[in-house]
Amino acid sequence: MREMALVLGQLFNGLSVGSILLLAGLGLALSFGLMRVINMAHGELLMVGGYLAYLAHAWTPDPLRPLVALLLGFAGAALLGVLLEWLVIRHLYGRPLDTLLATWGVSLLLQQAARNLFGPTGVEVTAPAWLRGTFTVNHGAFAGLSLPHVRFFVIAVSGAVLAGLWGLLHGTRLGLFVRAVNQDREVSGILGVPTPWVDRMVFALGSGLAGLAGAALAFLAPVTPTVGQSYIVDAFLVVIVGGVGSLLGTALASTLVGLLSSALQVFTSVSFSKVVLLLTVVAFLQLRPKGLIWVRSRALEEGSHG
Amino acid sequence: MGRVAKALGLLGLLIAPWVLSAYDLSLVGRFLALALPALGIVWLWGYAGVLSLGQGVFFGLGGYALAMHLKLVGLAPQELPDFMVWNGVSALPYWWVPFRSPLFSLLMVLCLPAAAAGVLGFFLFRRRITGVYISLITQALALAFSTLLISQQGLTGGFNGLTNFTAFLGADLTSPAFHRILYWITVGLVVAVVAGTRWVLGTDFGRLLLATREAENRVRFLGYDPAAGKVVALVLSAVLAGLGGALFTLHVGVISPAMVGVVPSIEMVIWAAVGGRTNPVGAVAAAVIVNLVKDRISSAFPDAWLYLAGLLFVVTVLVGPSLGRWWRRLQIRRSRPHPQQEVAYVP
Repeated sequence: MREMALVLGQLFNGLSVGSILLLAGLGLALSFGLMRVINMAHGELLMVGGYLAYLAHAWTPDPLRPLVALLLGFAGAALLGVLLEWLVIRHLYGRPLDTLLATWGVSLLLQQAARNLFGPTGVEVTAPAWLRGTFTVNHGAFAGLSLPHVRFFVIAVSGAVLAGLWGLLHGTRLGLFVRAVNQDREVSGILGVPTPWVDRMVFALGSGLAGLAGAALAFLAPVTPTVGQSYIVDAFLVVIVGGVGSLLGTALASTLVGLLSSALQVFTSVSFSKVVLLLTVVAFLQLRPKGLIWVRSRALEEGSHG
Repeated sequence: MGRVAKALGLLGLLIAPWVLSAYDLSLVGRFLALALPALGIVWLWGYAGVLSLGQGVFFGLGGYALAMHLKLVGLAPQELPDFMVWNGVSALPYWWVPFRSPLFSLLMVLCLPAAAAGVLGFFLFRRRITGVYISLITQALALAFSTLLISQQGLTGGFNGLTNFTAFLGADLTSPAFHRILYWITVGLVVAVVAGTRWVLGTDFGRLLLATREAENRVRFLGYDPAAGKVVALVLSAVLAGLGGALFTLHVGVISPAMVGVVPSIEMVIWAAVGGRTNPVGAVAAAVIVNLVKDRISSAFPDAWLYLAGLLFVVTVLVGPSLGRWWRRLQIRRSRPHPQQEVAYVP
C-alpha cells in the first residue's frame, strides 16, 4: 500500500508542476498564437516574478504575503514584458527565428543581472503560517500520503487564472479582438481592430502570467538566476503539444506533461524521464503535427495572412 | 566580404604557425574547429531555412566518439578508464569495446551524428513540422542529451566529461608538433568545407534547397519533396558539427556536457548569425573572432562577457540585416559607378 501512496503523492506533485507549466505556457501560447513570436526570455520573466515575490515577502505582513507576492510578480513581469515588446520584439514581427535569438540575448542579460543583484545561489521564500501545513492520510489504503498545502494553493491559483483568462477572452472587448486577430490578422485590421495595441496587451498579459508562475513557484522551490531555464524548455514542449493559440490545448498539455514527467520519475531517473518525455513528444507529433487542438484555417502557409 | 579581406584572412591563417606563440596557435586552432559547426548552421539555417538549437548534440556525439577512443588508448585489455574505476564500474560496457579501434572511432565521429540527424530529420520533416517548432524540439534535445550525459557518471564521465588523454594514433597529444599538424588539418578542413559549400550551392540540390527555404509549398507543387532536401541538410550540418567536436576535443583535450548543452548550441547559431547566415567565410571569421573576444574578456571580467553576449544576440538580430544591406550596397557602388538596380536582399 505504501507504493500506492508514493505513486499518488508523485502524481500530485506532477499536477502542481503541471500547473506551474500551465501558467508559464499560457503566456507563451498566447503570444505565439497571436504574433508567431517565441519569447526565449519568458523563463526570465518567470524568474523576475520569483524575485519580486521574494522582495514582497521581505516587506509585507505575514497573512497577506502570498497575495501581494502574486500581484507584484504579475505586475512587475507584465511591465517588463511591455518594455521588451517595445524595445525588441515589435521590430522583429514576421521574423520568428530572429525573435528567438534576440530574446535569448535578453534572457542572458536578465540572468546575469539577477546574478549580480541577488547572488548566484537561490533565495528562499517561506510560506505564511496558513500555507505551511500538510494534508496527511494516516489510515486506510493511502496511509503515508502527505500533500503539502502550498501545492494545493499553487494548483488553485493556476485553475483560477485559467478560468479568468477564459472569461477575459470570451467576455471582454479585448478578448474579442484577440480572438479576431488570432483568426485573421489582416481582416481584423481592416475592420478596425488596433492590432499593434492588441499585440502589446497580449504580450504584457503573457509576461505577467509568467511572473505569476514565478511567484507561485517561489513557494515550492528556491529562486535562482537560472530557474527560468529549468522550466522554459518544458513550457515550450507544452506549447508544441497543446497546439497553437488554444487555451484548452495548453491546459491539457501542461497537465499531461507535468503528470507524465513525474510519473516517469517514479520508474526512472530525472534525466531519463527528460529523454523519454522528449521522445514521447516527437512521437506524438507524428500523430498530430499541429498539437492537441488548433484553430482551423484555410491559409496554405503559416502566417500567410499576417 | 571583400576579396581582399578574404585573401588577407587566409594568408593570416597560413602564416599563423610561424607568427603566433604555441598557446595562441592552439587557441586559433580550437576556434577554427568551432567554425565547422558554424558552417553547418550556415547550411541548415542560411540555405535550408531550418534553425536548429541542438547542434551541440551532434558536436558532442562527434567529440565523445573520439574521446572514448582516446580514453582507451594504451590501456591493457583488463584495465578500465580512470573515471570508471572511480565510479566503481567493474567491466567495460559493451558499447565502449569497439572504440578501442581508432578506425571505428573515426568512422563513428561521422556516422553517429549523421545517423542521429537522419532519424530526427526523417521524423520531424516527414510530418511537415517547421519553423519555431523545430527550434524548440532541437533545444529540448540538447537539454535532454546534456542531462543524460551528466547523470550517467560511470559511463560518460558525468559533469567533468572525458579528459586526460595521452596519445592518438601513436602521436603524443601534448607535443607542439602534434598541435601544429592538428592546426593544418583543421585549416584544411575549414577551407575545403567553405569551397565545397560554394560548389554544392551551384548544383541542382543547392538550388532546390534555396527554393525550399523561399517557398516550400511551391517546391512541393512542382513535384519535389522538400523534406528530403531538409533531411540531407540536417545530416550535413550534423556531420560538420561532429567533425568540429572531434577536432575540438583533440585541440583542447577535453569534452564535457558543458560543451553540448543548450547554451553552447545556441552560441553556435550566433556565430553564423554574426557572420551573416548565408555567408560561409563570414561564419568562419565570426566563429574565430567572437571566441577570441570571449576568451579575452571572460578571463579578465567574467561578468562582463555575459552582458556582452546578451547584447551581441540582440544587436546582431536587430541591426545585422540592415548593416548587411548597407555593406552590399557599398560594394555595388564601388564596383559600378552608377548602380542601375538594387540587388535583391536575401534574408
